[in-house]
Amino acid sequence: MITDASPAAQPELEPLSETSEEQLLEIAMGPQHPSTHGVFRMNVVLDGEHVVRLKPVFGYLHRNHEKIAESETYLGSMPYTDRLDYMCPITNNWAYALAVEKLAGIQVPERAEYLRVIVGELTRLQNHACLIGFLMQDMGSSGTPLMYAFREREKILDLFESLTGARMMCNYMRFGGCRVDMPAGWLEQAQNVVREFPRFLDEYENLLVSNEILMERTQGVGVLSKELAINAGMSGPMARASGVNYDIRKVDKYSIYERFAFRVPLGAHGDVYDRYMIRFLEMRESLKILNEAMRDIPAGPIVDPKMRIRGFRPKPGEAYGRIESPKGELGFYLISNGSLNPYRYRVRPPSLINLTVLEDLCIGQNVADVVAILGSVDIVLGEVDR
Amino acid sequence: MNLETIKSELEAAVPGCRLELVANPSPSGQHSLRIDAAHAVAVAVCLRDAPGLRFDLCSNVTGIDWPGKQTTEKVKLRKLVDGTQQEVEELRTTTTPGSLEVVYHLFSIEKKHGPIVLRMSTQDRDANAHLPSLTPVWRSAELQEREIFDLFGVVFDGHPDLRRLLMWDEFVDHPMRRDYVGPDDYEYEPTAHDEVLRRANQHLSEAAAKLPSEAVGNQQSETDGNRLSEGGGR
Amino acid sequence: MDEKLKNELSRQGIFTTSLQELYNWGRTSSLWPLNFGLACCAIEMIATTMARYDMARFGAEVFRPSPRQADLMIVAGTVTKKMAPQVVRLYNQMPEPKYVISMGACAISGGPFKQGYNVLKGIDRYIPVDIYIPGCPPRPEALLDAFMELQKRIDRQQLTGADRPRHLNADEPSEFPVPRFGAHDLEPANNPNVWKAPLVQISQTGTSQTVLPQAGTDESRNN
Repeated sequence: MITDASPAAQPELEPLSETSEEQLLEIAMGPQHPSTHGVFRMNVVLDGEHVVRLKPVFGYLHRNHEKIAESETYLGSMPYTDRLDYMCPITNNWAYALAVEKLAGIQVPERAEYLRVIVGELTRLQNHACLIGFLMQDMGSSGTPLMYAFREREKILDLFESLTGARMMCNYMRFGGCRVDMPAGWLEQAQNVVREFPRFLDEYENLLVSNEILMERTQGVGVLSKELAINAGMSGPMARASGVNYDIRKVDKYSIYERFAFRVPLGAHGDVYDRYMIRFLEMRESLKILNEAMRDIPAGPIVDPKMRIRGFRPKPGEAYGRIESPKGELGFYLISNGSLNPYRYRVRPPSLINLTVLEDLCIGQNVADVVAILGSVDIVLGEVDR
Repeated sequence: MNLETIKSELEAAVPGCRLELVANPSPSGQHSLRIDAAHAVAVAVCLRDAPGLRFDLCSNVTGIDWPGKQTTEKVKLRKLVDGTQQEVEELRTTTTPGSLEVVYHLFSIEKKHGPIVLRMSTQDRDANAHLPSLTPVWRSAELQEREIFDLFGVVFDGHPDLRRLLMWDEFVDHPMRRDYVGPDDYEYEPTAHDEVLRRANQHLSEAAAKLPSEAVGNQQSETDGNRLSEGGGR
Repeated sequence: MDEKLKNELSRQGIFTTSLQELYNWGRTSSLWPLNFGLACCAIEMIATTMARYDMARFGAEVFRPSPRQADLMIVAGTVTKKMAPQVVRLYNQMPEPKYVISMGACAISGGPFKQGYNVLKGIDRYIPVDIYIPGCPPRPEALLDAFMELQKRIDRQQLTGADRPRHLNADEPSEFPVPRFGAHDLEPANNPNVWKAPLVQISQTGTSQTVLPQAGTDESRNN
């Protein structure tokens, strides 16, 4: 993907055995730390500037989503899914709706599928834009890049607000469709936002992509090998930056993704720079999907008319449904025993599982690179701890 | 991929393993394969490495609690009462021990197929809640098995770093079990409903019974006057 | 000083003020919030500081990463029991005068997650809160409104007398005990010197009224 970049040179380290245990410094980064993207804590053991060990500590935002969902009705859990990965609530809704539709065998009308793809890809745009903004902020470019990203995010949130009534917690999907149809003029508004979006990407690229400081800070930092990425269950941009060709939109062909022409960008080095560039390229592919979906969206119902909202009881059984959320593979595993609420409700959180390799990425790096590596993983604590 | 053929392939590759197909009646059609704990690691390695299978991505690992059931039934027995055979009704209670189940969802990145669902059960929910860890086979299970250990109390033998993941270390319960009773801190809820409302009202009547009647009306001013005095670091 | 005379003087280019006005003006106009987010509400807090809502207009854009330099804590998001000791500790580390905004339903009462075993039912169980903002999450406008309300309150404060704020009263504490992790719950589950369960009647419809039980009657208790 990045042809002009020289192969990543590992920083030369002094052999660690010469430093005795007493000379090591242990610091706790977080849970209140400006660069941990929430209440995440890492116990870092340092030898001078270099990381020797790193133990992540979870649970500071463990708010018992799964336990609560097991005493809620199926639909009652839908607003809770908004609050899992609170940067992209709509894709969470989608994954949950998909799992329930698998469990109960519900069909989704054509127009609803298009609506889902449109709001889902808009979510991906704003998530990736904010991610690179936060990543720049973590690396010391405070202010401007994040402000640019949030400027774009506000435009997309305006679309969500006029469609669903809420800026962040949209609660948009229903089993077998969507909750509301587009208001008049919404499609034109959305088309305008999508038409304007490449300008932001170009501006950002001119500003940063070939910026020497950025390259120096990110290339060869936090390298993740392809083998480890697969074995440790990496998903989403994190896996694809290491060259794993696995995009659930292509593999599972869920919803109507097979109708759109888009490519899956892959990284070659698996370092922070590749993970950063992957997001850029994915945004450009998302724009292609959005353009096609907005052009082709048919008229029709937005929810299966036979679907009963009240007293919804799927037959006993279980289902695992998953989608390609902006963070990775977001899955829901549901077991029904025929009653109003699920017997077991499980979220497969991509943010948590992508942190499995955090220690492997950070060992041997400088302590200042830890925040860059963590920023490139793209975590949201609501999903890590649930 | 057909689960039957996978099953027979595994049985050929791992001699002595006991596999059982578990049918899933839901329209999702995701049937699962129950494996025995003794051969779990060998079966997992075979699933990951056999050229036809290549399930290299262990996507989702989770636990399920199946508490023991207590069933009471009336049994008619013939007994000797006062020297004569009589029919006597007796209540007989049977308790099944219950179990903790762990479910693995596997996919293949290389072959792009899946999911295949593996299940393992513990013998009971207390002393024998042990299962072999599959983290040595798939690193992705590392944090998820720690979560199951924390929230369900399944001990994974062979896990490299089995500690609580989400709750603090001093915590003793396993909150995702069905019989877990949470701490009772519903003294006041502004928007209570259902169970929360019931417990909040219970607290309220207890508190009102405790307080002398005059203190209730003056409560607000009392709170203001009684701020903690030992802090004082200014 | 007479208001009329003051106005007359200011028209002549002579500005007069009292120590109290000056002191309150200084604190009002440069509140420095702690750079501290817990959950979803933190994203809206960040959005408030960005270009569209621009919190800098109120003198509060300087988010400090260290509690030692901050005087406003915006508790933005769900406070879990695992996080609560850290929140109290951060509050204790802030210098007086300090203020707390409890942002969002979770920080007020546990919000949608109030049934959770690991969710603290309101940060006001451990530290005093000045402003509550309802919403899940509150919009940036709501945070700005809360912020302006806090500024108005600071502006009204008296330097002397019985109503003087906490930081000017030597008998009032500025630090609060940090709860410990117990085997089942935090110990203690709340700080009784900061928080007492309001005796309210919780009706089925969700509206609540203050109960004033009469001596000898039991009616008010049993609803």
